Formats: sequence, C-alpha cells, structure tokens
Amino acid sequence: MIFGSGFFQSAPVQVGLVVGSVVSVVSGVVGVFTVIRGQSFSGHGLADLGATGGSGAFLIGVSQFWGFVAIAGVAAATIELLGLRQPRGRDVATGVVLGAGLGLAALFLYLDTTVSHSTGAPITILFGSIFAIDSRLVPIIVGLSVASLAIVLLFYRMLLFSSLSSDMAAARGVPVRLVGIGYLVALALAVALSAMTIGAVLSTALLIGPAACALRLTRRPGWALALAALIGVLVTWISVVLAYNSYYWSPGGRAWPVSFFVVALIFSLYLLTQIPFANWRQRRSTQLVVGEIQSADG
Amino acid sequence: MKPVDPATDAADDLLRLEGISVWLSGRQVLRDVSFSLRAGEVTGLIGSNGTGKTTIFRVILGLQRVSAGRVWIAGEARTGHTPAIGYVPQTVALDPDMPLRARDVVGLGIDGPRIGIPLPSRRRRQAVNEMLESVDAIHFADDRVGRLSGGEQRRILIAHALISRPQLLLLDEPLISLDIRSEQEVVQLLSRIARQQRIAILISAHDMNPLLAAMDRIVYVAGGRAASGATNEVVQTEVLSKLYGRQVDVIRLRDRVLVVSGSEETSAADHEHAHETADPGLV
Repeated sequence: MIFGSGFFQSAPVQVGLVVGSVVSVVSGVVGVFTVIRGQSFSGHGLADLGATGGSGAFLIGVSQFWGFVAIAGVAAATIELLGLRQPRGRDVATGVVLGAGLGLAALFLYLDTTVSHSTGAPITILFGSIFAIDSRLVPIIVGLSVASLAIVLLFYRMLLFSSLSSDMAAARGVPVRLVGIGYLVALALAVALSAMTIGAVLSTALLIGPAACALRLTRRPGWALALAALIGVLVTWISVVLAYNSYYWSPGGRAWPVSFFVVALIFSLYLLTQIPFANWRQRRSTQLVVGEIQSADG
Repeated sequence: MKPVDPATDAADDLLRLEGISVWLSGRQVLRDVSFSLRAGEVTGLIGSNGTGKTTIFRVILGLQRVSAGRVWIAGEARTGHTPAIGYVPQTVALDPDMPLRARDVVGLGIDGPRIGIPLPSRRRRQAVNEMLESVDAIHFADDRVGRLSGGEQRRILIAHALISRPQLLLLDEPLISLDIRSEQEVVQLLSRIARQQRIAILISAHDMNPLLAAMDRIVYVAGGRAASGATNEVVQTEVLSKLYGRQVDVIRLRDRVLVVSGSEETSAADHEHAHETADPGLV
C-alpha cells in the first residue's frame, strides 16, 4: 500500500474517516435489527428516498444532509401512521411510496444539474462523498449517531423479544408499538447519516451487508451487533485507502469513489460468509437427526 | 380497591372466567363462556379451528376486550394489563439465521421486557441452565433456535414461558406439526411441570386425543359456547349435542375418543350455524 505523506494529516481525510467510522457503527447495529425484523425493504426504501430529500435540499440551497434527515423522518412517520403491520401490505406500500419518491428524485436531480451546470451534486447525493463533508456538520452527525445508537441499545432486549414473537412480547407487557416506532426512528437516522458518506443509493449496502455477514458468523445477539459495527468500520477504512491508491493504478488515472470500494468489499465478504465451511457448526444438528431416524426405526 | 372473587369455592382457582362474551367484526365469537383452572392441573381447551380458542387466550391475557363477563386471576379481577402469565403462542416463526441461541430465548423470558443491555450475571446464567435442564434442553442450549426441530423449539418456548415463574401457563396448539414422539414428549413434560410446580396449565388443541392421558379437566368449545368439567363428564353425546346444537355422537374406541357429526340440525335457535355445513373438527 502506498501512503502519500500527509495522507492521514489532511483535514478532509480525517473528517471522512471519523464520520465514516461513526456512521458505519450505527448502520451495522441498526442493520442487525433490520435484518432480524425482516424490514430490509423498509430500510432500503428509506435509504433510496434520501435521494429525493438530498436533491430537493440542494435545489433550495441547503446542504443535502438536512434533506436526508428530513425525508427520512417524514417517510418513517408515514410508514408508522399508515399503521402497516402485515409484512406484505407494508412491502407494497413501501414500494409504491418509494416509486413515487424516486420519480420526484429524478426531477430534482435533473434540476440540480441545471442549477450548477454539472453532475457533481447528483453524484454526491446518490453515491456519497466521504471527503467532502462540511466539518461544521460533524458534531451534528456524531450527535444523531449517538441518538440512534442510544435508542437501539435502550430497547435492545425488547427489540429482540418482539422480533422473536410480538404476541409473546405483548403478553409480557412490552410496548410493542412504541418499540417499533423507536426502531423506525433509529433506522431513519442510520440511513440518513450513512447517505452522507456513501450516498442514498448505496447506504442500504452499509445497513444490510455487514449485518448479514455478522448473522452468518455468530449466534449471539450481542456479538452480532459488535461484529456488524466492526465490519462496517474496517471496510470503510480499507476502502478509503484503496480509493486513495486507485489514483495510481486505475485505468483512467483518476481515483475511484470510496463508496464503490465499500460496496465491493461488503459484497465480497458476504460471499465469503456464504461458503459452507460454516457447516462445521451444524454437525450437532446433523447427528441429532441421524439419531432420531435410527431410534424411530428401532 | 379491586373486587375480590365472591365464589366461595374459588380458593383453589388460579383463573376463573365468568360469563365471557366477545364480539369480533360484528360476529359473536364467544357467548357466556365460564370455566376455571386450578393449580397443579392440566386443562385441555378443545375445539375446532375458528371456534374461539385463541380469543379465549387473548381474553385471559388482557389483549382482547370483552362485551360481558369477568376474568378473575388468583382471586382478583383483572382490570388492567397482565400479571405474569406464561404464554406460548401457536406460531413463532424462527428464522434459521436468527442470532439467538436456545439459551438466549430462555433468557429473554427473564428480562425481555426490561430496558437496556443485559449485564452478564452468574445468577441469570444459572437460572437459565436450570430451566433448560428441567425441559431436557441443555444439550442444545447453544444452538441457533431457528435450526432446532419443532419439538425442540416448543420445549425452548415452554422454558421461556416458565422461567418467570408464572402461576398460569397458556399454550396455543402446542402440538401442531409435531411428530408423534415429540407430541408425547411435550405432553409428558407439561404434565410433569403442572404437578411439580403447582401451575395451572391450559392447552388448546383441535384434537383431544394426544392430551387425554394428561388432561385433568376439559373445556370444550363449539359455536362460541363452552362446556367445562371432568373429561368423562363433558365428552358425552348428550352434553356435546347440546353444545353444538345438533346431533353429535361420542364414540370411544379403545383409548381414543371420536366426536362424530350427525346429519340433522336439532336446534332452530342457532342461526349462526346455518352457514356451517360441517364442523371441521369432527370426523
């Protein structure tokens, strides 16, 4: 690896690494619960709608960050108010709203290019720009990240319990609806924040990918959260280095975007976790099945 | 002050339903249902699907409002939300990749409703281990709960429900999709737990036969009404015919009981039955 001197001393890189790390931790942790609750599509929908918010904000001269946050909040509130409990109904409504939102995004993004006479803004909104984050936003990003994490950790046991069975949880007095709302808020924040570093379109990968890997690698809920966060952070750092170095080896002689490497690394890691060397853990279950068949015959 | 159960012989009753009626979507699902459960007894809540068994559970758990009647739990009228009642619902969908081991599920029975992150505690771990041993699940305690067999999952859910030391345990169709051996294991386990821990257990099923050996009492539900008492008293031709509002026959064949539908409607009063051609729970 080639590190240019002063690479880690430059301010944009430092800001990018801090924000990227913080955002990865939140995405990983919230992502685990997203996958457990089977709400990956809602997460994806909220993330993509960020494009609408970000491009709209740019049009009115405001940082896309506020657009991401605002639309995530509105969308999450809409999902909750529509009160969709059945997964299929929720999927359909999410799909319809997402389609409409993306249509708006298409309009806003086009108008963005006419405003600045470049495609810079749309690319940043869609695919992020980890080195171009306004340092004044850093405290806010960190603060909202802490808030999102706090919600998830506060509701940690209740979230696990209601994912196991919302009936059983309700029977034990868990405020299932409140917990669901809290989770949605945490999710909205997570996707809005990660849209800053890897963009609205790709923040789904940072949400779901590390979580999916972690769930394959461990059976303990606490370890799954820690692992997903760790994977997110490592992938971000490695991607930053790779992107920086791609200036030297990429065909066009230009540095490739960080977000591309993030997604590529996550996907590669996911493929690795699907390899059946994880099957050695299942040998006990196989033995039990064989034992049952034998005793049934006996 | 909470009203106290006025029935004098209710001293042993951990649960008493009195005149419960429930309307859902304009239809009367339960009509004047009354029964009681005693400590140390296994009671079967028998009836075909759709007859209101799950509604009865929801009434007991305080999740369903009633249009008439009262629920007494350990002598006190239920007013608000649930005191600790163990509950195992009918379907608990467990994803094979879910990051929860069997022991994690049982642990959630202790502190699932609490805020915050659990701190590792030796006492908690010990309580979980003891419960796992009592349901004979210690040897798969560290396996992913989503990868266990149906019978194993049922045992884990029972352990989960019991670890908070409830006085009352409700199980909604716990024997569905279990093979015969697992069925027997679960029934024997429940019978043993009821006696040893002096708990009142209510098991719902559409077929009473797997439960016959373990059932101390029966609550038979049909057409929104219920007949309760000793199994031999309730499962009789006259009693069930009156309950169904038409002729049914109870046939005892070796150690099994069959409830067979007749072909005629004898009661004109049950207009709700007019569109029911055959009760699916009957042979």
